Amino acid sequence: MANQPEETDIFQRDPRGKILPTIENFYRFCRQKKLMGVKCRRCGAVSVLPRTICSKCQSVKMGWIKLKGTGRLLSYSIVHVSTAEYQAQTPYVVGIVELEEGARLSGVVRDVKHEDLKVGLNLVVDFENSNSEEWPRWPRYFFRVSDSPKMT
Amino acid sequence: MPKRLAAIVSVGLSKFGRREGLYARELFAEASLECFESCDNLRPRQDIQALYVGQMCESYEHQAHIAPLMLDWAGLRHIPAVRVENACSSSGSALQCGIMAIMSGMYDVVMVGGVEKMTHLSTEKNVEYLAMGSDFEFEQRNGMTFPALYALMAVAHMQKYGTTEEQMAMVAVKNHKNGTLNRKAHMQKEITLEEALSSKPVAWPLKLYDCSLITDGASCMILTRPSLAKKFTDRPVYVIGSGQANDTLNLFEREEITGIHAAQLAAKEAYKMAGTKPSDIDVAEVHDCFTITEIMAYEDLGFCKKGAGGKLIEAGETALDGRIPVNPSGGLKSKGHPVGATGVAQACEIFYQLSGSAGKRQVPDAETGLTLNIGGSGATAVVNIYSKR
Repeated sequence: MANQPEETDIFQRDPRGKILPTIENFYRFCRQKKLMGVKCRRCGAVSVLPRTICSKCQSVKMGWIKLKGTGRLLSYSIVHVSTAEYQAQTPYVVGIVELEEGARLSGVVRDVKHEDLKVGLNLVVDFENSNSEEWPRWPRYFFRVSDSPKMT
Repeated sequence: MPKRLAAIVSVGLSKFGRREGLYARELFAEASLECFESCDNLRPRQDIQALYVGQMCESYEHQAHIAPLMLDWAGLRHIPAVRVENACSSSGSALQCGIMAIMSGMYDVVMVGGVEKMTHLSTEKNVEYLAMGSDFEFEQRNGMTFPALYALMAVAHMQKYGTTEEQMAMVAVKNHKNGTLNRKAHMQKEITLEEALSSKPVAWPLKLYDCSLITDGASCMILTRPSLAKKFTDRPVYVIGSGQANDTLNLFEREEITGIHAAQLAAKEAYKMAGTKPSDIDVAEVHDCFTITEIMAYEDLGFCKKGAGGKLIEAGETALDGRIPVNPSGGLKSKGHPVGATGVAQACEIFYQLSGSAGKRQVPDAETGLTLNIGGSGATAVVNIYSKR
């Protein structure tokens, strides 16, 4: 697969060399199997989305933090009708996860028996590279039950 | 008496449904013609000074820049025309633009409307295009669909308030029953509770009959200054309150997922502007893109207390002969949901109800009405309040 310039592993940095809070950089971290978020240095709010302006206090003092990637399921659904891209996976589970640091993220929950689904289930984030031929070819994050055997 | 913001003097709706062989512009022309022909004193070419038209997704017909196109096919030319896009609340927002245009004093008469042509594409394409109203990077790419987003709200609501799949199915049964009284509705067919509950799963706990329809359709109306209304019709309907609020585009970061916070804020603003309260509303058209959405709307609009929406439908209070009839048109559930057309189509129904022209589904003595139009998973909400006085 041809490398496209916008999807290289080279981080976008500011003139002093610091990794900029951007969505592309978030996915570059995902490629390294790291779930990164941003934390406001003024009010302490944490968000997974790499915002440059804090959504709580509008400060621009946002810096990367590494998230543990563990959290609990707040709500879930079993998707039977999907886009063409996800059709091979149906029925699949999606959920909203509250991470340990307080920030939230939603995504696919893999390797969970439907009868085991319940609010409060402990989950852990994992990553896989995209095999898409088209933009965007960034990796994807997903969740699995934290004590389930890791599949590759 | 509340301040009148603008007057609705004529409305038009295309037939909603699977309109094979027609393009969006042709549906808009159909709605426009009905709107113009039902207002004898309107000279469209001379009187209408601007058009605001809602449409969600240009991918359906590979056609952007639809405002001049709709203007042209409505037989109009040269006046300012603007497309408004706010996902499923596109024409709710277009209507608000029209209200503001009148209130600003810039125009005396404007046309607002909406359109979407959807049924010529596959279900997968529809799922994909509709999902464009959510966050592409953080929702769609990670497996989220619209039914799934509302299913996440439904599960949270069930968990917190004990709302049941049966109560959600009751919304579908009610709206399908109302839809049989609406000759413009997409699906004029009653369904039973058992049919709804046994329909195939889409995004559990939401099943096929919990979902609104993929529909082709167009809607429009003429707004004017309240002082000019009687020049066009003996039975104008006045907009007396209008509120819009927004929230994060994604669902997962919102503090509350058992209700739509933007709808609560928009309603508060509209009630305040209109000097009304929930108990003053005689009839409402609310956004039932999914059955859970209507249940949450009861609570967000103050028709019942938080968490009691399931019990409200169960008690029959929102039926056509109930205390507060909701979605007499059949709603998005049975009338259909051509997304860009929905907001103005809801207002059309309130116009029929308050001007006494709703036929078999007329709510007796309806004087004050409300519409709630929601965009996406609740990132946008538009609430308008209307009065016949």
